Amino acid sequence: MQVLVLAAVLGAMAWLVGNVQSNLERQNINSGFGFLSERAGFGINQTLIAYTEDDSFGRVLAVGLLNTLLVSALGIFFATLLGFSLGVARLSRNWLISKIAMVYIEIFRNVPLLLQIMFWYFGVLRNLPSPRQAVSIGDAIFMSNRGFVVLWLEASAGAFWYGLAALGLVIGGIWLRRRAANAQITTGQATRVWRPLLGLAVALFGGAALMAGVPFALDVPHLKGFNFRGGLTVIPEFVALLLALSLYTAAFIAEIVRAGINSVSKGQREASAALGLPESVALRLVVIPQALRVIIPPLTSQYLNLTKNSSLAVAIAYPDIVSVLAGTTLSQVGQALEIIFITMMIYLSLSLLTSWAMNRYNQRMAFVGNNT
Amino acid sequence: MTDPVIRISDMNKWFGTFHVLRDINLQVAAGEKIVICGPSGSGKSTLIRCLNRLEQHQEGVIEVEGVSLDGSVKNLESIRSNVGMVFQQFNLFPHMSVLENCTLAPIWVRQKTKQQAEALARQFLERVRIPDQADKYPGQLSGGQQQRVAIARALCMNPDIMLFDEPTSALDPEMIKEVLDVMVELAEDGMTMLCVTHEMGFARQVADRVIFMDEGEIVEENAPEAFFSNPQNERTKMFLSQVLSH
Repeated sequence: MQVLVLAAVLGAMAWLVGNVQSNLERQNINSGFGFLSERAGFGINQTLIAYTEDDSFGRVLAVGLLNTLLVSALGIFFATLLGFSLGVARLSRNWLISKIAMVYIEIFRNVPLLLQIMFWYFGVLRNLPSPRQAVSIGDAIFMSNRGFVVLWLEASAGAFWYGLAALGLVIGGIWLRRRAANAQITTGQATRVWRPLLGLAVALFGGAALMAGVPFALDVPHLKGFNFRGGLTVIPEFVALLLALSLYTAAFIAEIVRAGINSVSKGQREASAALGLPESVALRLVVIPQALRVIIPPLTSQYLNLTKNSSLAVAIAYPDIVSVLAGTTLSQVGQALEIIFITMMIYLSLSLLTSWAMNRYNQRMAFVGNNT
Repeated sequence: MTDPVIRISDMNKWFGTFHVLRDINLQVAAGEKIVICGPSGSGKSTLIRCLNRLEQHQEGVIEVEGVSLDGSVKNLESIRSNVGMVFQQFNLFPHMSVLENCTLAPIWVRQKTKQQAEALARQFLERVRIPDQADKYPGQLSGGQQQRVAIARALCMNPDIMLFDEPTSALDPEMIKEVLDVMVELAEDGMTMLCVTHEMGFARQVADRVIFMDEGEIVEENAPEAFFSNPQNERTKMFLSQVLSH
């Protein structure tokens, strides 16, 4: 019986593969991944790496992937920050704070994400004034319907030395902290790290300035013709998508955080209070570390959701991986099988990577021994 | 009697409409050991939880070392850091080692260095006879050991007063003695103690006064000898006949 079923399944698969091959041949569509090295021939309005129309589809893939990563990583960062604050606020004894958090949560998690993306894009950002009447904050940020233009630093070749100095500062800072921690354990002396750190910073950046002078120039945005020149331009599609993803996911994270904090037994707070610990210290060192055990697994799925939901970028043409690869590239090349396969594999890998990292973090949080 | 360290006068408390504590008047002198007993639901735990404001009273005055418990956060934190409490369910912090449990409050409230706090913690762990468990986690210890850690954790703050809320009620019978022994020693060192317990042997051995509560009232208070041999009130007699019959 099992052999029969297996044979039937294999037979069906063989028929499908044969069918696809003959159909592709008939429609004159190539198969294989050769298209990745062909010239793309279309522009992309946000590229983190150098890209022109003459670059290959492979380059398009990289640009799209980086755009997806950028919006997802920043989205996760802001959603986590806002979500934790809202979750704690939701439990506040202050009636107003708790109700404001509740209203926020109920609004943002109960409106479809696609609508929220469209709201921010078509409802808000696209309705900003034209560049000529742009809303300006201190002449450093200009907000218009073409996106946000931000005052930026233009770096020339000598900036390399500054990068080196910054790297040195990070390494030196870690070393100093470790030395101070060891000193506290062995001598009881709580040494302050910031003084030597400041000295190190002055020495390193002073050295870099000697080597390279000042290789930075302020890149001030200014109107030229109908749009801005100079500065760093953040396209409105990115802002809308990031806003919608962060605000939407934060509402879910807030509920997860609230449930996590509630899961910590009342006795833990009472014991902290009885020891005279201020409430903020008790929350940070006693309650939240225990709540994290409960928070992390559902938090992980929110991170995965956010990353996958970033594919809704298509709706407002933010150039994420789905938009540029499974959208534009697919319509030009026509190799649906390969392109959809690549895109699916990319999301699968991203998700598995996130899960793996979060599971490792969760293992570190687990209690030792039996706990009821 | 010298100035009392705890003074409760005409204190009343309600849970919603339920009157849990009625017209409580009680003064405790420095170094005094008081055992509070009574049937379950009589308000004895609620009474000692009012002393560090884990529960809030609605009427009357509670003063601890001359500081009034009146909702001022500053008063409250100063009182709490000088009043240690041991709970029925231990309430150790499961994500911290025994040593970290003991050093947390001295570091954050008393501003001690980690090293000072650890030296102090080891000293008190020695006193409760578990110096070798310092690096274990609460989940790896027996109930009796956990409760002794909880006592050491409270002592690390050098409190003037210790509150015990049924410290042996969640323990297996064979572990009760190890915890009571530590408490007896603490009493002999002159600590001011208020202890809610059903351990009448302990009451006989260390208490200066035994207080019997029923339905939110202090029904009777007396020295242990007189309390056990010659109870005055009918309700006390009834309670004692029940707890002492086995």
